Amino acid sequence: MTQKMAITLDVNGTGHEIRVEPRKTLCDALRADCGLTGTNVGCEHGVCGACTVLMDGVPVRSCLMFAVQAQGKALRTVEGLSTGGKLHALQQAFTDNHALQCGFCTSGFLMLAAGTLEQQPDIDDESLREVLSSNLCRCTGYQNILRAVRQVRDAGKAGAR
Amino acid sequence: MKPPAFAYHDPQTVEEACQLMSTLDNARLLAGGQSMMPMLNMRFVMPDHLVDLGRVSALSAIEERPGALRIGAMTRQRDLEYSPLVRARCPLLADAIQWVGHRQTRNRGTIGGSLCQLDPSAELPSVCAALDATLTVQSARGTRTLAFADFPAGYMTPSIEPDELLTHVELPDWPAGHGHGFVEFARRHGDYAVVLAAALLAVDAAGRITRASVTLGGIGPAPVRVGAVEQALVGQVASATLFRGATEACRSIEAMEDVHAPASYRQQLAVVMSRRALEAALASIGSPASSTGAAAH
Repeated sequence: MTQKMAITLDVNGTGHEIRVEPRKTLCDALRADCGLTGTNVGCEHGVCGACTVLMDGVPVRSCLMFAVQAQGKALRTVEGLSTGGKLHALQQAFTDNHALQCGFCTSGFLMLAAGTLEQQPDIDDESLREVLSSNLCRCTGYQNILRAVRQVRDAGKAGAR
Repeated sequence: MKPPAFAYHDPQTVEEACQLMSTLDNARLLAGGQSMMPMLNMRFVMPDHLVDLGRVSALSAIEERPGALRIGAMTRQRDLEYSPLVRARCPLLADAIQWVGHRQTRNRGTIGGSLCQLDPSAELPSVCAALDATLTVQSARGTRTLAFADFPAGYMTPSIEPDELLTHVELPDWPAGHGHGFVEFARRHGDYAVVLAAALLAVDAAGRITRASVTLGGIGPAPVRVGAVEQALVGQVASATLFRGATEACRSIEAMEDVHAPASYRQQLAVVMSRRALEAALASIGSPASSTGAAAH
């Protein structure tokens, strides 16, 4: 046990003042200290992508960084996708296309897709496939996940939150 | 799967970081964390102190120097991927960066971290070997530069002292319009390569090769420059037949053996990958960087 550090995490536009050991990973701090349990912790070594969040607009694996490193960064998690009780276009498309079964990988896929479509709204099919290949879905829903994200890309709704 | 306890340090300058590394016992540097964090989570490394370079902004820059591109050690792989300067001045790096991990890991991973991790199957060390890069390391004792050829001391072991840190790498220019090719074979895209190859070619007006560089990763404990192939190419007119003959020399390179592939398989891959890298290099002559080698997965 080392001395806890007082930090502020900016998550979905809200400041969370928390005290954490420096060894606490960002995903654990989000879940245990900020109470945002939508981000899932999978492999804890950067392979599965379940813990993907957006940091300053780009997808990162939150198990591969410490919470203390995220100070001063704008974080976005799956809790920040829907607005006013209305699902984000990606969430709706995942639902409509049966792009989840157990749901464990879903928040990671959603944040990866959200960050990707915001950066590259016109990403081509092959690149999209490659981007999504970084995350694991063990219910093997890949085709439906691809279909859902393509649908949102084609509808140009990525920016609509 | 939780990291061990350590004291955290986040210096703002290279000098502060060097000072910390010279005074602290059992301290490790943290760059982008995409290899270090798994090693911490699995407790393969147990440092008493972790010195995070994430706030040392002076280490993140891509700068043009006479005859070379200078890249700060903490430059994110993502910034290399999207840099017009890298594409224009060092297209081999632009080719290779597409193969490094995944989008999320490139957003955090750094060039310096990858070089110091020195995985034999990683892309960036092989790019540095292919280009005869020069590395600069700094400590409280001073600054020194070394050729990439002298950088690996052994398997995943760079020849830098525990109190030293890599500050930047210089990638020498090749002539405008030179050929560049980078291919790799991995079980899945984004995985470390089983074998990868990087090739550079300069040709004269008659199509005769004036300079060649061929590098293999994933076959030995560190990137291997295949001098025998390079020598067989220089002075000859570039062609698929020439490449096919010359790359046979890769079959006799001493190869690693592990759970992923026996040595003979890697030697076969070395022949095929080096040939494909050369073919990609030849096809690219006169044109800017493109993603090459998509056939390998």
